[in-house]
Amino acid sequence: MDSIRSHHELQPADSGGDADPTSPAEHGRLTILACPDCDLLNRFPTVTQRTHICLRCGAVLYRHRPDSIDRSLALTCAALVLFIISNSFPFLAMKSGGFIQQTTLISGIVELWRQDLYALAAVVMLTCLAVPLTQMTGLLYILAPLKWANRPAPRAHRVFRLILHATPWGMMEVFMLGILVALVKLGKMATIVPGISAFSFVVLIFVMAWAVSNLNPAELWDRLDRRR
Amino acid sequence: MKTTPTTARRLGLVSCHDCRLLLKAPPADKDAVACCPRCGSVLHARKPNSLSRTWALVCAALILYVPANTLPITVTTSLGSSQSDTILSGVIYFMQSGSWEIAAIIFIASIFVPLAKLITLVYLLVSVQVRSTRRPRDRTSLYRLTEMVGRWSMVDIYVVTILVALVKLGAIATVEAGPAAVYFAAVVVITMFAAESFDPRLIWDILEEEA
Repeated sequence: MDSIRSHHELQPADSGGDADPTSPAEHGRLTILACPDCDLLNRFPTVTQRTHICLRCGAVLYRHRPDSIDRSLALTCAALVLFIISNSFPFLAMKSGGFIQQTTLISGIVELWRQDLYALAAVVMLTCLAVPLTQMTGLLYILAPLKWANRPAPRAHRVFRLILHATPWGMMEVFMLGILVALVKLGKMATIVPGISAFSFVVLIFVMAWAVSNLNPAELWDRLDRRR
Repeated sequence: MKTTPTTARRLGLVSCHDCRLLLKAPPADKDAVACCPRCGSVLHARKPNSLSRTWALVCAALILYVPANTLPITVTTSLGSSQSDTILSGVIYFMQSGSWEIAAIIFIASIFVPLAKLITLVYLLVSVQVRSTRRPRDRTSLYRLTEMVGRWSMVDIYVVTILVALVKLGAIATVEAGPAAVYFAAVVVITMFAAESFDPRLIWDILEEEA
């Protein structure tokens, strides 16, 4: 896809406008951002401790995150460990009479596949396994070199774009709600025992959400800039 | 006092979809594809063909919504007798058996949210096409809400997955996923794409053009 890029000279406009580079230092540099929801140009200091909201439509434009890279990296590592635990043990066991039936996330997907519901199996696999795994390994790939080598990994900008587009499709928290509903639904006909995996799943959801909320895309894009 | 707001479009700027870098708009040349110098994503002033794409996806989802709600989503076989449940009959069963919380979760996630989402998108599309200037800020918030809430509709699909995997008690009982499950998953996925392809900046463009 890179090869079809045209050769228009595209000039960055983020330091234009009123931000005069020769102005006294206390004015600081200004960032100008177009609101993604209403296109209004918003101006705020480049170095800021605040959350900036679009003046016209209220979209969040910038959120300050202290130690963003360190925290996201730590939480992503934790999430990856929890993800492995969550997928190695059964999350629910059902006891009825002499039968004990256990299920892992993967056995659920395999069962859908066996019933010829390929599309459904694919949807569950993508939203609960593939996307979260891509998100976690992708973040690790981007953040670790920034932290320890102080330079971006090769093609890190590509990976970050992939993560941004994949994130809405990761639905582990919805799956967790599904587990709760299934618990109640089956509670009447059998004894349901949540497994280790159910608990690690709960923690995983919070850790993952925490890792993502600590990301500062503006700072990351600045460091992943492929022009460097 | 009424001033025209300064938008990126008015100043001939485009903002990158992925990394939000603000750039001078590339010359309008049909064949050239301009990419963001920072992150490499293709630049557009607005999401391309936003209205027709969103309409197409909304129509597809509306059509699939019918079989998703009329066909059975699970088929339970217990001691030789089998019973089919649609999404709605599942909700009614939970209401009658006293677990109204579960009934509420399934009703909201599986019936109310997808329909509300589709109605909202139709409203936003129509409001842009009739060039409405009413309450743009509220319409933008409505859009953001629609985009955020859609994913929770998936919960029924996951319940079916878990039931199918768990209830295989030999001759006593089995649960199989019914045909509605596929249609329902399609509704959720398609409405998510529909919400993503709508560009809320179109709401604000009209305001400036009318001013």
